[in-house]
Amino acid sequence: MLHTVNKSPTERNALESCFKYLKKGSAVLLIEDGVYGALKGCATTKMVEQTLKNFPIYALYPDIEARGMQDRVIDGIKLVDYSGFVDLVAEHTTVQAWL
Amino acid sequence: MMKFGILVNEGPYTHQASDTAYLFAKAAIEKGHKIHRVFFYHDGVYNSSRLTEPPQDDRHIVNRWQKLGKDHHIDLVVCVAAALRRGIKDENLMEGFRISGLGQLVESGIQSDRLVVFGD
Amino acid sequence: MSEATGGVDMEEDTSGKVKKFLYVNRRAPYGTIYALESLEVVLITAAFDQDVSLAFIDDGVYQVVKGQHTKGIDVKNFSPTYRALEGYDIEKLYVEKESMETRGLKESDFIVPVKVISAQEMGDLMLTQDVILSF
Repeated sequence: MLHTVNKSPTERNALESCFKYLKKGSAVLLIEDGVYGALKGCATTKMVEQTLKNFPIYALYPDIEARGMQDRVIDGIKLVDYSGFVDLVAEHTTVQAWL
Repeated sequence: MMKFGILVNEGPYTHQASDTAYLFAKAAIEKGHKIHRVFFYHDGVYNSSRLTEPPQDDRHIVNRWQKLGKDHHIDLVVCVAAALRRGIKDENLMEGFRISGLGQLVESGIQSDRLVVFGD
Repeated sequence: MSEATGGVDMEEDTSGKVKKFLYVNRRAPYGTIYALESLEVVLITAAFDQDVSLAFIDDGVYQVVKGQHTKGIDVKNFSPTYRALEGYDIEKLYVEKESMETRGLKESDFIVPVKVISAQEMGDLMLTQDVILSF
């Protein structure tokens, strides 16, 4: 399953909640303000790095770039564009939005 | 080639949902996929208003959806109940959109290979 | 509910196709319209004879709490609609255990019979679904 998260982890608990429901084969895509969850040096970084050990996490690069966070992305988080977003949706049997 | 259904839960400009949905739809089409339907619910119905006048130097969200719908024969559907609540009616509906029931959303879930939700 | 449930249009042939629809509710009622409007979609989905489940997670658990009296805020009390779901053969209502407990709630606080399941079990349930809708 592909899980999209569009809210910052310091604004809402969407990311933290999403992580509780991940199963083998799940992937997480951070979009919109959700890309703030992809950043190093934050209170939430450890939680994200821990999850990254077991699940692929992607971030929508145009949203990262729009917010000036290009140099702060956690190593191991894969950056995709909208075309990559489409591919991720196609590759997973379902997609769930964490709003 | 896949058939995507898209659900837009928020109105133009206030949230990024409509923008992300549009850019996703555009990318999907470029990759050769089909967009079965874009369904506008909650404040998403405002994406169909004929009356929006954003600043000239910014993207025109309503027109953009209209053009995408027209160029690629996409069914742009606005939920009747949500629309009535918010004052979107045929008289202020942008051409290219249609007002219909929630059944169209369910049908999209049934007929599409993937249903992608964009919201707040 | 009449405007939302009226005019079920079947422009394409969906007869026979039954998919599992999961409605994920994570928001409290009344502060925003999402709880009410998502319930309207649930009812329509049943009219299409689809396999419907509802998940209440995070603040979504507040939607099904007893004792909602909305006269003071002059907003329609839609909580009785959860009780009406049974009449539409919608009986799969799941509450996530930790969400319930961290909010000081227990099963007897709810307006309808629900199945309380762990996040693990909820994650497994999600994997069985064809379409997942969040509002």
